[in-house]
Amino acid sequence: MMDLLFFAIFATVAVLCAINVVLQKHPISSALSLVGVMASLAVLYLLLGGEFIAMAQIIVYAGAVMVLFIFVIMLLNAGIEVRRGRSWMATIFGVPALLGLLGVLGYLLVRWFPDAPAIKFGDFTGGTAKEVGYALFTTYLLPFEVTSVLILIAILGAVVLARKELD
Amino acid sequence: MEFLIATSIKLALIAFVLLTALAYIQWVERKVIAHVQVRMGPSRVGPHGLLQPLADVIKLITKEGVLPPHVNRVFYLAAPILAVFMALISISVIPFGTSITVLGHKTMMELADVNVGILVILAVSSMGVYGIALAGWSSNNKYSLLGGLRSSAQMISYELPMSLAIAAPLLSAGSLSLRTIVRSQGGSWHMIPHWAIFAFPAPQIFSFIIFMIAAFAETNRIPFDLPEAENELVAGFHVEYSSMSFAAFFMAEYANMVTVCCVATLLFLGGWQPLFPASHGSNFVAPLIFALSGAICIYHGINYVRPFDRITLPIFGVIFLGCAGLFAFPPLVPVLTPLFWFLAKMSFLLFVFIWIRATLPRFRYDQLMSFAWKFLFPVALVNLLVTGFLVAWVS
Amino acid sequence: MPPIPNGVPMSFYLGLSALLFVIGVAGFVLRRNIITVFMCIELMLNAVNLSFVTFANYHKQVAGHIFTFFVMVVAAAEAAVGLAIILTVFKNRTTLNIDEVDSLKN
Repeated sequence: MMDLLFFAIFATVAVLCAINVVLQKHPISSALSLVGVMASLAVLYLLLGGEFIAMAQIIVYAGAVMVLFIFVIMLLNAGIEVRRGRSWMATIFGVPALLGLLGVLGYLLVRWFPDAPAIKFGDFTGGTAKEVGYALFTTYLLPFEVTSVLILIAILGAVVLARKELD
Repeated sequence: MEFLIATSIKLALIAFVLLTALAYIQWVERKVIAHVQVRMGPSRVGPHGLLQPLADVIKLITKEGVLPPHVNRVFYLAAPILAVFMALISISVIPFGTSITVLGHKTMMELADVNVGILVILAVSSMGVYGIALAGWSSNNKYSLLGGLRSSAQMISYELPMSLAIAAPLLSAGSLSLRTIVRSQGGSWHMIPHWAIFAFPAPQIFSFIIFMIAAFAETNRIPFDLPEAENELVAGFHVEYSSMSFAAFFMAEYANMVTVCCVATLLFLGGWQPLFPASHGSNFVAPLIFALSGAICIYHGINYVRPFDRITLPIFGVIFLGCAGLFAFPPLVPVLTPLFWFLAKMSFLLFVFIWIRATLPRFRYDQLMSFAWKFLFPVALVNLLVTGFLVAWVS
Repeated sequence: MPPIPNGVPMSFYLGLSALLFVIGVAGFVLRRNIITVFMCIELMLNAVNLSFVTFANYHKQVAGHIFTFFVMVVAAAEAAVGLAIILTVFKNRTTLNIDEVDSLKN
C-alpha cells in the first residue's frame, strides 16, 4: 500500500511539473518545474531500489545541470517567450501525433511485459553505491573511460565557444 | 508505531535544539567578533546580552514585511522558504552519538540512518543554491541579480573540490553511511586517535583543509561572501528582503554552517570518538571542563568587576556544576560522553568560522574563481589520487 | 474490481516514463525558446532514465543503473556545450527564438 501511495504522489507531481515545463511562458518557471520532475523521479528511483542513482540524479541533474540552466537564463535575462505565426501548424498536427505516439508506446509496453511482477520496495537491493561502482569499474570500464574523454572534450568545447565570444 | 513515536520525539527535539542554537550562534558570533575587535558586543538585553537573540526574533517578526512592487511575486516569496528548507533538511541524516535507551526502547541518535548519508548531504546542499539564485533574480534589482549570479557560479565551482575532498576519507572508511564512517575511526594508535586526519595509510589533513575552505565558500562566509558583499553589492541577493524573509536567509546561512561543521566532524575528526582512549581517562574530560568552568564563574562572581556579575556569574557557575554533576550518573555517561565530544569538535569548527570572519578580508571575484579552479581543484585531485594509491597499497 | 496489488505494477512505471517522454516531445515541438527546447530534451532523457531503472529492477541487474549513469554524464556534457552555444547565438543575434535562428549566414 505504501508503495502505491508514494508512487501515486510522486508520479502525479512529476507529471504536473512536466506539463508545467511545457506550459509556462517564462524559462525560469519551466526550469524550476523541471527541477520538480527530477526530484520526484529521484524518489521513484529510491522506490525502485536505486539509492545511488537517485542521489546522483539530484546531485548531477538538479544540483548542477539545472543550476547551469538557471545561471544562463539569469545571465541572458531571457524574458517571456514571444509567439509568432506558423506555430499553430505544430499544434494542430502535433498534438494528435503525440497522442498517437503515447498510445503506441503504451501498447508496446503493456504487450511486451504482460506478466511482470509488481515492484515492491526492498526486493531489489543491487543498486547500492558498492554494486554500481563495482560494475562501473569492471564490466563497464571502457565506456566509463570513454565518457571521461567525452567530458574533457565537452569542457574544451565550452571554453573555446566562450573564448570566441570574448574576442 | 514505536518507530513513528520515537521519530516524532526526535524530530521535535532536534528542531527545537537546532532553531534555538541557530539564534544563539548569532549571539556567540557577535560576542566573539566584538572581543576580537576589543569591544563589548551585545550587553544591554539580559545579562551579557544573552536575551539579545530573543529580542532580535521579536523585532524581526513584528517588522513589516515589505513586498516591493517590481518583484516577481511567486519566486520572491518562495526563495527564502526554499533556502531555509534546504538548509535545515540535511541535519536529519547526521548522527550525533551512539544509541540511547529510554524506558527500554533503544534508538539511534539521529533522525534517519541512510546508507548513502553523505550523498544525501551533498545532494541537499547542492540544491541550496536555488534559494539564493532565485532571490537574486526575482528581486528584479541589479545588485541582487549580481549577487545571485555570483553565488550560483561560486557554489558550482566550490562543490567540485568539496566533493573530491569528501571522497578521500570515504576511500579509507569504505562506506557512505555516516555512522559506519565514524565507527571506522574508532580506536587509537598509542596516544594518537584513529581519526581520518591522523589515520595510518593516508592522513586526510589536506582534504580536511580543502573541505573547510570549500565549506566557507559553500556557506557564503567571509572570506568568500561575494554574493552579499556589503560594500559593492549593498547586500547582494537579499537587498530587497525585510522582516522574516530576511531572517530566513540568515537562518539558512547559520544552518548551513552547522551542517558543514557536523560533516567535517564526522568525516575527518572522528565524530563522537574521544581524543584519547577511555583507558587514559577521556570519560573524565567533560565533567572536568564543566566543573572547572563552574568554579571559574563562581570565583569571578565572588570577586566581581561589574555589579551585576555578583548575581549572574554564580548562576552560570551553578548551571555548569550541574552539567558536570550529570556525568556522575552511570546510565547517562555512555550517552552524554559521545555527545559531548561531538558537540565540542563541532563548536570548535564553528568558532573557527567566526574567528576567520573576524580576521580575513574578502576575496576579489576573479581571485575567488581562479583559486577554486587553478589551485583547490588540482590539489584535491592529487590528494584523492595519493589517498587511493595508499589505500590500495595497504589493502 | 480487482484487488489492490501489494506493490506497484511495472506497467505504471513504464507508463509514467512514456507519458513524461511524450510531454517532453510536445514541449520540444511546441516551444520556441531555445532554452526551453533544451530543457524538454533533458525531460525526455529523464523519462528514458526512469525506464532504465525500472528494467534494472525487473531483471534484478545493475546494468540499468549504469546506463542511467552514462546518460547523466552525457547530459551534463551536453548541457555545458549546448548552453555555451546558446550564449554564442544570443551574442550574435540577440534573440532566443528558435524561428529567428534559421539562416547559416547572417
